[in-house]
Amino acid sequence: MTAINLNESSVRELNEKLQSGSSGDQFSVNNTVGKHALSVGLTSEINVEINGHVGYYCAGMNQQANIVINGNAGPGLAENMMSGEVRVTGNASQYAAATAHGGLLVIEGDASSRCGISMKGVNIVVGGNIGHMSAFMAQSGCLVVCGDAGDALGDSVYEAKIYVRGEVKSLGTDCIEKEMRDEHKKELKELLKQSNMNHKVEDFRRYGSARKLYNFDIDQVDEY
Amino acid sequence: MCGIVGLFIKNPALESELGALVAPMLSEMTERGPDSAGMAVYRDPNDKGCKVTVLSQKLDFDWASFEKAVNSHFSLNKFTVTQNHAVLSLDNSLSEVEHWLASNWTDLSVTSAGTNIEIFKGKGNPADFIKQFDIKNMTGTHALGHTRMATESAITTEHSHPFSTGQDLCLVHNGSLSNHNRLRETLKRAGVQFKTDNDSEVAAGYLSWRLSEGDDLDEALNHAIEDLDGFYTFAIGTKDGFAVMRDPIGCKPAIMAETDDWAAMSSEYRAIATLPGAENARIWEPEPTQIYSWKRS
Repeated sequence: MTAINLNESSVRELNEKLQSGSSGDQFSVNNTVGKHALSVGLTSEINVEINGHVGYYCAGMNQQANIVINGNAGPGLAENMMSGEVRVTGNASQYAAATAHGGLLVIEGDASSRCGISMKGVNIVVGGNIGHMSAFMAQSGCLVVCGDAGDALGDSVYEAKIYVRGEVKSLGTDCIEKEMRDEHKKELKELLKQSNMNHKVEDFRRYGSARKLYNFDIDQVDEY
Repeated sequence: MCGIVGLFIKNPALESELGALVAPMLSEMTERGPDSAGMAVYRDPNDKGCKVTVLSQKLDFDWASFEKAVNSHFSLNKFTVTQNHAVLSLDNSLSEVEHWLASNWTDLSVTSAGTNIEIFKGKGNPADFIKQFDIKNMTGTHALGHTRMATESAITTEHSHPFSTGQDLCLVHNGSLSNHNRLRETLKRAGVQFKTDNDSEVAAGYLSWRLSEGDDLDEALNHAIEDLDGFYTFAIGTKDGFAVMRDPIGCKPAIMAETDDWAAMSSEYRAIATLPGAENARIWEPEPTQIYSWKRS
């Protein structure tokens, strides 16, 4: 285990060290005090444990690495993640996993607004609640919410799947509740298992695209 | 982008360290606002009369003559000059002091008025502001600070935050308002005066106007949600504490934290991390349109 103390190392030194790590390497990062862009651009299967709260853009563009944040995360957590796993034991601020293409993001607490905005294949599991405009224009992947969802969930969603256990304050344009078929139950069960969330699949409801926005509707020509 | 910090002391033993605690918070927000900085501090109440902070655009302003003139008209019990600001503590009523200042000292502007509040601001790097105004040695019950990255109007001391919104009230703002020009005209017709073309000053003027129309602070802020168009995280300093509110979209960041000793808000956690016990504080993100306030009980 290599320990990196951010009282002694700069963020650039930290990221250089992590980016040059080899598969299986273990790192711990301390004294984070809300600094920005920690542990970004990692490309190998290393394990990073970050102790403390982090600021903007932690774990951005992650590929393959397994990153655990023991604390809360600021805006833009795991933005554009490609693969690997990022776990936050606390809460995450707005637009977590925005545009992320793959991997798994687990937020054990609450996620703020715009969680999974324009997600493109990532799986996101949130232990608590999520804020407004989450999964806006979400293209693919799954957003699992073990608590409640805020306003305008899944507005203009494409083919991402949204599973919510609690209440949904409101659904966004073109987002509807959909039937929970066996393949969805199987997929959700696997995601809950992977993220260590102890909930019954039967308690969740599925939401997705009504697919009314894919094509121009001649009846709405007057709207333009 | 701008940075906001607010600190409210819950444990009276820490009031002597207010400046030492809030200065590193402000400094940490430098990257969010390197153009100018400002701070409102609540301290040394003058309940018998009033307290006024005045600002001169001239660094070589003749404060000695000004003090003499104030003394000949009013019962001045304290006069403190810091840089191009002076704080006057008087036994007279605020209205007569303000009227006299406006009639006789047109090159001075009033940055704050009330019984507890003092507002200081200046263009330039927040580190210089902290040094020039000796923020680290300030004592008091609570303080609000702002670091500015101008997007809507010029970089001058007068465009800097906090803006006074009434007696012992002030506003700091992170964001931008898109309907400030029209709203400013409407407010002018209602008698609100503006010193600059700054959008945040319109928000401050709006709140002053609502409060003068009989709203309490919560009602004024709820009306603001209806009438202000744009992005904002507001922190509002009051005589007894401060309040925080974000716009319905909630895209400008804000974080709040509380321990037994203090309650704090900031644009980012890293400013709060400078406070003692921050790592174990209760931390949360304010919900859009919800008003959060702390008040001395």
